[in-house]
Amino acid sequence: MRGMYTLFKKEIWRFWKVSFQTVAAPVMTALLYLLIFSHALATRLEVYPGVSYTAFLVPGLVMMSLLQNSFANSSSSLIQSKVMGNIVFLLLTPISYLEFFLAFLAASMARGITVGLSVFLVTMFWVHLPLIHPWYILGFALMGSAMMGALGIVAGICTEKFDQLAAFQNFIIMPLTFLAGVFYSIHSLPPLWHQVSRFNPFFYIIDGFRYGFFGQGDVSPALSLSIVAVSFVLISMATLQLLKSGYKLRG
Amino acid sequence: MTIPAIKIEQVHKSFGKLDALRGVDLQIEQGEFFALLGPNGAGKSTLINILAGLMRPGSGHLSVLGHDVVTDYRKTRRLLGVVPQELVFDPFFNVREMLRFQAGYFGCGPENDPWIDEVLEGLGLTDKAYSNMRSLSGGMKRRALIAQALAHKPPVLVLDEPTAGVDVEVRQMLWAFINRLNKAGTTIILTTHYMEEAQTLCSRVAMLKQGEIVALDSTRNLLNRLQTKQLRLKLQGALPASLLPLKRGESGDYVTLNLAATTEVEYILAELRAANVAVEDLQLIEADLEDVFLDIMGHQP
Repeated sequence: MRGMYTLFKKEIWRFWKVSFQTVAAPVMTALLYLLIFSHALATRLEVYPGVSYTAFLVPGLVMMSLLQNSFANSSSSLIQSKVMGNIVFLLLTPISYLEFFLAFLAASMARGITVGLSVFLVTMFWVHLPLIHPWYILGFALMGSAMMGALGIVAGICTEKFDQLAAFQNFIIMPLTFLAGVFYSIHSLPPLWHQVSRFNPFFYIIDGFRYGFFGQGDVSPALSLSIVAVSFVLISMATLQLLKSGYKLRG
Repeated sequence: MTIPAIKIEQVHKSFGKLDALRGVDLQIEQGEFFALLGPNGAGKSTLINILAGLMRPGSGHLSVLGHDVVTDYRKTRRLLGVVPQELVFDPFFNVREMLRFQAGYFGCGPENDPWIDEVLEGLGLTDKAYSNMRSLSGGMKRRALIAQALAHKPPVLVLDEPTAGVDVEVRQMLWAFINRLNKAGTTIILTTHYMEEAQTLCSRVAMLKQGEIVALDSTRNLLNRLQTKQLRLKLQGALPASLLPLKRGESGDYVTLNLAATTEVEYILAELRAANVAVEDLQLIEADLEDVFLDIMGHQP
């Protein structure tokens, strides 16, 4: 147990030591999005009745930052220690594959939630948000960060170089989060794209998270939470299988 | 009978078509200072990696102090400290943080801190304890790696070419420290390319060639195996025909003769005197582990 806790603590330290890059920078990015999009669109759009576009945007940005940073934590830590070679010091220890998974997962969730919460707290200066269903907010934050933390572990294991990981991030994670309804309601999309969006698990995370604030969303939050939970379980099972087999870690 | 520190039975490992290990059997007793020698690609690192759990054996069994490295890996990894060949490090932390984390992975907490201080002291790293790993010189990094392997106080220490690229002074200091550990009861297993290291430090040696153990004996016995000593002579004139069968080689002004026994020197000098060839210089050369190594590996020196 102490081995797993040490690994968790080390992973937390690792991002906290460079928190200007790992926490402050994504908060800044989210604020820029808020500034630009709300300036450009706030007077023209009202997605839900009684909810300003700026208010609508905030939960989306919070969740997007949370998802991207949860993914970045486990994936960048793993790829870095693989490229540097120091992952060997972890592989020499009695830490089991399950403990390895849980430690990386928990640290990723901590980073994602730290960044998400920071974005939320900073935007409170400009936008006042209701918190109608706080348990949904918490549930989606935990589930979303867990899913992305696990996906980050998969990416960190499967990729061998920084550019491969960057490709994974830019061509899969970024489009999926951007097209998940951060900036719009999928009801505003043409029917085809509306249907396509429903196959994007990130859409359910963002929609359900937003439901927690406003009490309204595009689909039922219970359905969204179930879909996210199932996605998390499937990704975790795949990750554990990879770790158990020693794929690309143990020859 | 005490349990062996390491027991390796019929271990095979192949990578695709390449058979890296072909049925290795090896037993290392507790408290030994053991050397694993062999040319590049002989399978030394593969064997160590399998022992440490970084690779899985194709077949066969390996145990550390009686515990199987596959089925009881949690136990065996606690018993082993491994110094990897490459200079790898985590750029985020300083030496002390890194050592605390490493010990923590093995379940050691703050109660282990005095030991970490002892290791830092022993390796001359005390004043670098708060330096980032990135800022250390190559020799310092090497010492930090050894400290990292020792962080959880393992009874068996495996060093994979620990002195590659380290200057003489640091090398001496490392061996003094590792010798102390060995005297205090730690079993030491090392791979090295420096034969004189194995010769002066290790009580027993295994030589690996193309995935097989081709020699396994005490250092003394291996040295005795090459009975022949050599006589290097600088002569004024040609070697008499009667001595030609003893000739081993020639380099520069010197000619080297094989001696089956030291007493042959008398005979050689008598022959030279009889042929009126004056001796300008004379050296008696003992076989060293390198000769044994080259002999076993099938090369001519």
